Amino acid sequence: MKLKLTFWKVVFCMIMAMGVYSTFVRFYYGIGAVSNMSDRFPWGIWIGFDVLCGVMLAAGAFIVTGAAYLLNIERLHVIARPAVLTAFLGYCLVIVGLMFDLGRPWYIWHQLIYMNPHSVMFEVGFCVMFYTTVLMFEFSAAVLERFNLAKPLKWVKAALVPLVVLGVLLSTLHQSSLGTMYLIMPTKLHPFWYSPALPFLFFISAVAVGLAMTIFESSLSSRAFGRQLELPILVELGGVLYVTLWIYALLRFEDYFHRGQLTNILHPSYEAYFLWLELALAVVIPLAILSFRRARLNGTMLYVASCSTLLGFVTNRLNVSITGLDTWPGHHYFPKWTEASITAMIIALGFFIFATAVKYLPIFEGAHYTLPSAEHGPEPAELPELAPEPTLAD
Amino acid sequence: MSKAILYDATLCIACKQCEGACAQQNNLPYDDTIAAEAVQSEHKYTVVLTENDKFMRRLCMHCNEPACASVCPVGALHKTKEGPVVYDVYKCIGCRYCMVSCAFSQPKYEWGKLNPRIRKCIMCPDRVTQGRPTACAEICPTGATKFGDRDALIAEAKERLRQNPSNYVPHVYGLEEVGGTSVLLLSSVAVESFGLPASAKLGTTPMPDYTFRILSKIPDFVPLWALVLGGVYWITHRREAVALAEGSGHGNHQGGTK
Repeated sequence: MKLKLTFWKVVFCMIMAMGVYSTFVRFYYGIGAVSNMSDRFPWGIWIGFDVLCGVMLAAGAFIVTGAAYLLNIERLHVIARPAVLTAFLGYCLVIVGLMFDLGRPWYIWHQLIYMNPHSVMFEVGFCVMFYTTVLMFEFSAAVLERFNLAKPLKWVKAALVPLVVLGVLLSTLHQSSLGTMYLIMPTKLHPFWYSPALPFLFFISAVAVGLAMTIFESSLSSRAFGRQLELPILVELGGVLYVTLWIYALLRFEDYFHRGQLTNILHPSYEAYFLWLELALAVVIPLAILSFRRARLNGTMLYVASCSTLLGFVTNRLNVSITGLDTWPGHHYFPKWTEASITAMIIALGFFIFATAVKYLPIFEGAHYTLPSAEHGPEPAELPELAPEPTLAD
Repeated sequence: MSKAILYDATLCIACKQCEGACAQQNNLPYDDTIAAEAVQSEHKYTVVLTENDKFMRRLCMHCNEPACASVCPVGALHKTKEGPVVYDVYKCIGCRYCMVSCAFSQPKYEWGKLNPRIRKCIMCPDRVTQGRPTACAEICPTGATKFGDRDALIAEAKERLRQNPSNYVPHVYGLEEVGGTSVLLLSSVAVESFGLPASAKLGTTPMPDYTFRILSKIPDFVPLWALVLGGVYWITHRREAVALAEGSGHGNHQGGTK
């Protein structure tokens, strides 16, 4: 255990070192020096992964909070706070990623004054900005609770339901709009991925990924922090994931059927290989696993199905943003190592901040979080027996 | 009256004077090395391509309904009433959505700079508003690049097709493509051989329509979806209140423990 921890620390430091070097190159020599993007391929993995996948992987919060507080499913309250933490972190890191990708990031505030309501990107930008603020308020409950700030905590609790409604609303808009963004490229995006149904496909896959991400993060953190797995809840989420994936699979089939692509997707080609990988991971494997009742009741199998779903939809977003647009003759985009190292740094930061937050803030129910010794005397770690049962409100 | 450029490839002799004039107009470097570059870039807004002794000019098409202007989150690109699609660098945040969205892949980027700008042909807007032709049209020695009113140039292009049908592919490229463009092309060979997208692929629907048909639903959708979500909250919590009022007899009632 000790050795493993050291190993991950070394990996973390190496990723950070490479990332810091690449950050220097990015902000000293420009995007051209640090990435393989070009006039032929203006959007690389910083948009394809950092933004598209980042937003998608942070979808858990709006689903869990919506189910817990709007559908009033009280037993979901215990997983609401970790989901909100994941999302808040995720959106913050999306914005960090954008700071690298935007050529003139110091003008990002122009979004607020030079508004173009015809632009999908304007709408996405606005929603992301707004929703990050909503998540900040939702998450602030944990911080306020930790420092016993009763009064502001009361305000946040009072505002919780409107915040959750706003969160679901904004998420519905921008999760689907990330798909709408690609509707402007009917001649450029490969027909395997260009579909008038893109906004709907993006939204439904965000729901599936939100569920899978919640299962993934619950399973992983129960291992990492030695907590008990909330299996009954995960079993329920697994069931909803199963149904959502069926809806997605059906919609995808209908889309290919109506656009006459059903035979094309079976012919081997560069794009077809990536499509097969995507569909196998996102749809076929998880549906195959979850179709067994025994697997749906098994923590490990739920974890495996979720991982496959996550990898599958990450492949999907990369296919839409990279594989499907990579059609210039004799030119394939592949990220430069410095470009990839910035993405790796952002992911590593995400894991690090999550682990730190869980350690010091009341995120998981009954978890042992450390109180900083500066305030609470020399024996801080002994307190956690009294740790509250944190939920977003209550 | 909307202005346009008519480029007739059959009259072109590939002297590349338009390239030089364009560079001078836009304060860009131009020498033999740059003249030999057969691609557009941040320092070359227009290029004369040669393929099997046939020529074709590439430049921004100045769409009537430009995708670049519609996608720009800060409205840094817009179509002027005279025809040019122009760029306001002071608004730009460098997101490059215009580059990705352009069916003709015209916007280029200053990849090597720390405060990069989008670079593309802006159809000499200063000249055009003064009623003067663009630099490329003014210098063209053969009349291959001609500047004028769009309607008049369309009529002229059709007349050329009618008089010399054997010289041309019978089509004015840009007349209806993506809702029409302010650059019209005539050629003796298919424009696809020079990297332009085929007319059949482009269609006549303006590109912004593809996103606007979704985007325009949002103002209706937001209040409706908010009402549904609020309604769901009200119903589920009402159920809880009713359960509470009926007494705690049903021990395993959902939410009954509250």
